[in-house]
Parts: sequence; C-alpha cells; structure tokens
Amino acid sequence: MSKVSSTTSSSVARGGAYVTLAPRNEVLEVESEAQLRTLLSSLSGVDAVGLEARVAKLSTRSLKQSTKLTALDLAISMVDLTTLEGADTPGRVRSLCHKARRPDPHDAAVPNVAAVCVYPDLVSVARDALAGSRVAVASVATAFPSGRASLAVKLADVREALAAGADEIDMVIDRGAFLAGRLGRVFEEIVAVKAECGAARLKVILETGELVTYDNVRRASWLAMLAGADFIKTSTGKVGVNATLPFALVMLEAVRDFAEVAGRPVGVKVAGGVRNAKDALRYLVVVNETVGARWLSADYFRVGASSLLNDLLMQRYKQRRGVYPRSDEFSGD
Amino acid sequence: MSDDQLQSRLGALIYDAAPESTASVQLRSHYGLYVDGVFRDGAENQHFVTINPATEETLASVTQASAHDVDLAVRAARRAYDDVWSTMPGAERAKYLFRVARLIQERARELAVVETLDNGKPIRESRDVDIPLAAAHFFYYAGWADKLDFAGFGPAPKPLGVAGQIIPWNFPLMMAAWKLAPALAAGNTCVLKPAETTPLTALLLAEIFEQAELPAGVVNILTGDGSVGAAIVDHPGIDKIAFTGSTEVGRQIQRHVAGSSKHLTLELGGKGANIVFDDAPLDEVVEGIIDGIFFNQGHVCCAGSRLLVQETIEDELLRRLTRRVEQLRVGDPLDKNTDVGAINSAAQLARVEEITASGELEGATRFSSSCPLPEKGFWFAPTIFSNVSQSQRVAREEIFGPVLSVLNFRTPDEAVAKANNTTYGLACGVWSEKGSRTMWVAERLRAGVVWANTYNRFDPASPFGGVRQSGFGREGGRQGLEAYLDV
Repeated sequence: MSKVSSTTSSSVARGGAYVTLAPRNEVLEVESEAQLRTLLSSLSGVDAVGLEARVAKLSTRSLKQSTKLTALDLAISMVDLTTLEGADTPGRVRSLCHKARRPDPHDAAVPNVAAVCVYPDLVSVARDALAGSRVAVASVATAFPSGRASLAVKLADVREALAAGADEIDMVIDRGAFLAGRLGRVFEEIVAVKAECGAARLKVILETGELVTYDNVRRASWLAMLAGADFIKTSTGKVGVNATLPFALVMLEAVRDFAEVAGRPVGVKVAGGVRNAKDALRYLVVVNETVGARWLSADYFRVGASSLLNDLLMQRYKQRRGVYPRSDEFSGD
Repeated sequence: MSDDQLQSRLGALIYDAAPESTASVQLRSHYGLYVDGVFRDGAENQHFVTINPATEETLASVTQASAHDVDLAVRAARRAYDDVWSTMPGAERAKYLFRVARLIQERARELAVVETLDNGKPIRESRDVDIPLAAAHFFYYAGWADKLDFAGFGPAPKPLGVAGQIIPWNFPLMMAAWKLAPALAAGNTCVLKPAETTPLTALLLAEIFEQAELPAGVVNILTGDGSVGAAIVDHPGIDKIAFTGSTEVGRQIQRHVAGSSKHLTLELGGKGANIVFDDAPLDEVVEGIIDGIFFNQGHVCCAGSRLLVQETIEDELLRRLTRRVEQLRVGDPLDKNTDVGAINSAAQLARVEEITASGELEGATRFSSSCPLPEKGFWFAPTIFSNVSQSQRVAREEIFGPVLSVLNFRTPDEAVAKANNTTYGLACGVWSEKGSRTMWVAERLRAGVVWANTYNRFDPASPFGGVRQSGFGREGGRQGLEAYLDV
C-alpha cells in the first residue's frame, strides 16, 4: 500500500534525487470489504511512545516575531467558528456570523474565519448573515454527534443542510460499525454522503476519542479518504477526549502518504479542546513539519472552535502593540 | 495534481530566529583549578582557551594542570576521604548530593546555555536532555547513599577510595554527573578531568559544590589536555580509574593500569546498529533513526550509526529518511529551533570529513542535506551513506559525527550476524511490531544496551555500558554502584 516506486539516485545527491516525491496517481478503488480490510491492515502500525515523543519535541518549537504574526493570522483564517448547542438560536448564530466576517471590527487587516459551523436547521440563518462574505457555511449532519440513525435519515439530514445553503458538510462515521469491524458499512455510508454532497466539501469526523488507538485512527483516516472525504476531522467536540496533537499527527501522516499514493490532497480539521493560541500554533507547527506548505491554508487545514478566536485576537494585539488588551476588548461571541 | 504541486515544500512557515538569552551567564575570563575546595592557579601557570565551536570565539581561559597539580588534587582527595567522606553516614552524604541536584536544577538555564556555548550542541538538547539528566543522576544516587546495604553487594560494602575520572566532550556535564554521583554516593572522593574542549560546565559544577558547601577535597576538578589524564591514571594515590572516551585511549589506560591495584571501568566507542524489520512502525522508525544518529551531531558513543534495514522496505525507508533529513534545521546552537548544532572541534570535523571522503571513494552512495551551513565555526551537513557494505570503513569505524551508514538484510539471522559483526558492543536498536521477534533478536545481540522501538533513551535507573571493545563496567542503576564499591 505504502510502497512507492524505487528511488533512483545519483552518487552524491545534495538535497536531490532522494527527496523527490514520486506520486503514482493510482486509482485506488475499493471493490469489496475484504479488499478494504486487507488494505487497511497493510498500513504501518503506530508506536504510541514514539508518536507522542515526536509531538512533544515539535511542541518546543518557538515562534517569534513575524513568524508568530503570520501564524496567528493563518490560524484565524483557519477557524471554523462553531456553535453546536441545543440552546442555539437564530440571534446567536447571526451574532457569530458577524464575528466570523470581521473578527476584529477595529482592525480590517484581521482575516475572516474560514467558516461558521452550525446544525442543519440554522444553516439558512447563517447563509443570510454571511451573504456577500467569503466565509463558508458548514453544517454538521448525519445524526451528529452520535451518528445513530439509519442511512436514509442521515442522507435526509445532509440534503436538508445542502438545500438550506450549506457549502460544507461535517458528517460523523459510524464508530460502532468501525469498532465491530464492519468496515464496509462505514465506507459505504461515506460514499453515499459524498454522492449526496455533490460539489459541497465533505468533512468526515472520525471521533478519535472513541476510536481510542492510534492504529484505529490511521486506518479510519485511510478508510475515509478512500471513500472520498475532502477533509478528515478529529472529533465532534461532544465526547471526553477531542482533538489532541498526537491524533492530529497520525491524521496528517495519513493525508501526506495518501496524497503521495493517490495524488489527491485531503484536508485535516481538528475540533474540540483547542482553546488558546498557544495550542493552535502547536498544531500549525505539526502541520508545517509533517505535510508542509500546501496544508498551511484554510483549504486544507481547519480548527473547529469557539473561544479560540478571541485568544488568537488577543495574542495578535499583544504581538503588534506589545501589551495585552482589556479582556472585553473583543466581543464575547 | 502535478508533481510540482505535490512536491513537498516543507518549512513553509519560516521560523524567525529564536535565540536563547545568554543573560543568565556570567563567565569569568579565567578559571583556575578546583582543588581542595578552592579555585587556585596551576603550579606551572599555564593556560589555554576554550572556544565556542559554532563561532570560534573565545569563551574563557582555563588552566592547564601539571603533574604537580594532579598530586595536590589526589592528596586533597585522600585527606577528604580519610577524614570526612568515607566515615560520614550515608544519610549525610545524601544530603549533599540532593543539594547538588537541586542547585543544578536552579541553575539549569545557565548550565544549558554554557553547555551549548562550549560544546556546540543545540540548546534544545542541553535544556531538555543534558542538564535534566545530570540533575536526575544526582537525585537518583543521592537516594542510594544510605541504602548501600541493600544494593546487592553484601552488608556494608566499602568504597574504593580516591577515584580518578576522565570524561569526554560530548555530554560534558552529564558525563561529570554519571561519574561523580555514584562515586560520591558510595563514599569515594574524586579527581575529575573534563575534556580539553569542554571544561566550562564542570567548572560551574565546582561553583555548585562550593554553594552546596561540599567538604573541601571531596571533588577536585583539573582542566587540561591528555597529559593531565595520563598523570591521573599513573598516580599511585588513585584507587580507581573511570574513563569514558575513545577505544584507543581506553586501551592505553588499561595498559597503564595493568599490574597495579587500581580498579578500572571503561566506557568506550561504539558502532551501534539500528535494526528495522518490515513490520516496524515506519513514521516512528524515521524519527528513531534521526534521533539515533543526529542527536548531538552524532557525537554519541552509543549512536545508531549503522542502519540495518530489511531489504523489502529499504527504498521506502530511505526515501522517507532523506526527506526528513532535509527538514533538519542546522545552525546556531543557541536558537531554540535548531535540530543539529556545530561539530565540537576542528580536529573532530577533520576526522568526520576524512572518513566520509573514504565512504565515497569506497563506492557508497552519499546523500547530504542541502541545508545552508554557517561560514564561521565547525559544521557538517547531516549525511546518509546507502549501498554500504560491511567491509567499508563507514560501516566499521566509529565516525562520531552526523553520518549514517545504511546496510540491508533479509532474515533475522542475517540481521543479528551483521549487527554483531563489529569490534564494538555498546548499543543496538530493534524496530518491529512483533514482540517475540524483538526479544529473539535482543537475546542474540552482543551489546550492552538494546532499545526496542526507540533509541538513545537514558535514565539514571537504567544501567548503561558496553561489551568487547566498547568497554566494561556499568553506569546508572544499582549496577552503577558496583564500579565504586569494593565488591
């Protein structure tokens, strides 16, 4: 699976022959559950100790001055500003949309966020509030967050969100089926939702906190990408363990390897638990040093969050003016 | 998507310089010898300078000790042994060692910066590895000082007396801690000689001993070249020699000590093999190999300088490895984002260059990182030799630099045979997701240390040391006490 055409190298290759990637643009077609199982189990395992050590080392990277400013702006532009509460109202969603378009009303240089993420019934409100902006409307669907509904219900959920104007669909996988080894079922559901999405961007939520092991996360990442995901996403934000740096690293390694083999870059979204700028910058460092430049854009990396945005604005202010603003300098939502 | 788009453009987020502050450091312009509890001039008033290998700038002048100074230090150590240290209850010795450990932690920032300035290693490593491990060794052995009865060497084991300890330049403070902590815990007194090119943290450690009010003469620190080490080895008042360094010097020491009553432990060179089976966790393997050979610029006796990879994954692993090597940030050791620092000295750089040239002449395929190297100072780009055969020098000799030699194998037996086909026997790594195979291989490797799915991990509770031409004796753990007890 991860075998790549043999490397040809000259005798002294300073930064030359070895590092050229060799995309094969293979059409990876999954024809049966058995084939899918074979394919996923052929993936290299993950050593948890080594993975976490790598993340710890990357977390010591020190971003200073212009790097920090660039990274903070980049992080703001990657935010999927999210509200997924039972108590959400049209008023709250409109308020969030205003914030998304213009995170800092005093500074036009602050980029808009990537998207606003809401439940399907509030998509039309967000659509109206974001009209004329570059902010996308994302909607969770497929019986979010548990995914415990029939495929028909899940597809109806997706259709409704799309009909109301969603640009992006955040679906959940059937974790129960995955853990029971019914990989074909998980795969087919993603394929069906992807077909329903048409041109809309599909983000597939693995719910890493329920898959638990890194090996599972690597396999689920590949499964989702093979089934057509445009993004793979860590979490719903609704379980005990949400996005973590090690889970993100496993997923970034998967999209890197998948792009080499299949010739198609897949995005990664981390969601849940990313509350401050320091954490967000750590994710950007992991992106930077695992997959590189192409993924350092909102087209290929997102952070699903709500309170994070204000801390990014706060740190941006501090970085530019040397002092922290008053805590109520930025709107609560 | 075109090849061009797919081409990984790593490092797109350009990191601005993030230098560690040197404000915590106030080096003296000149350091004397630390003998009998005070800094004093050498008997012959000879000096030499220690430089920053990253810039070639002078850091400080230090004293070249003479045979007479060695004699003074050994006598001071003997007095301290007889009058104070050997008769002090273990629990009291422990108090001093705990105090030293805490002071190392308190002055950690300063020690890390000085280590990086004097040695050339990245601040990330001196800050996160060298200094914390040095403190950890003092903490660990402080705990043993009053429990020697239970160390497994019989009731009330006796110290040896005065220990002469000669340490290398690759982990200056950490090596000092590895030597001093067990010796002092066991009740010995010490004469320590740091390496000629990296004396500064040992001298700061002397300041810490002053701060800790360690009784005079318990530790004496003599700076200078190889002649000082030779004088320590030959001094009749020394009961024990502990040496870490090259196999060549280790041999000379063993000859000198032969026929005397001196105890000896040697921790010498190595040509460690990292054995990678085709079921290994590939991403972590890449990181492990990088840590194994490029940690501390490869100036590591247990470096994983030979990569033995199963042929079925050789191309894939090499491709990933070279991609990763291209990402290593080589440069200013004080920058917090630097991965690989400066070669410690002009002499070492010449040796690394000479042996890598031989690798090319002998037909191995060379890949060196295209990273830019600073103009001043001693630098060598991380390098990988592939298509290496067992008979080539790059596969046999210890390079002690950032140079990896890649060989392949087909079966576990062949992997073991190739790993063992070396005159050394310090460390090996085994990478596989199959535990039974890892154990099978580990049992057959002739090496003092075998790491499974990791490399270059150190802990004061874990014994470390070699077999064959990598030396004898263990440092660390309960076993490390044996080197300083009369058992």
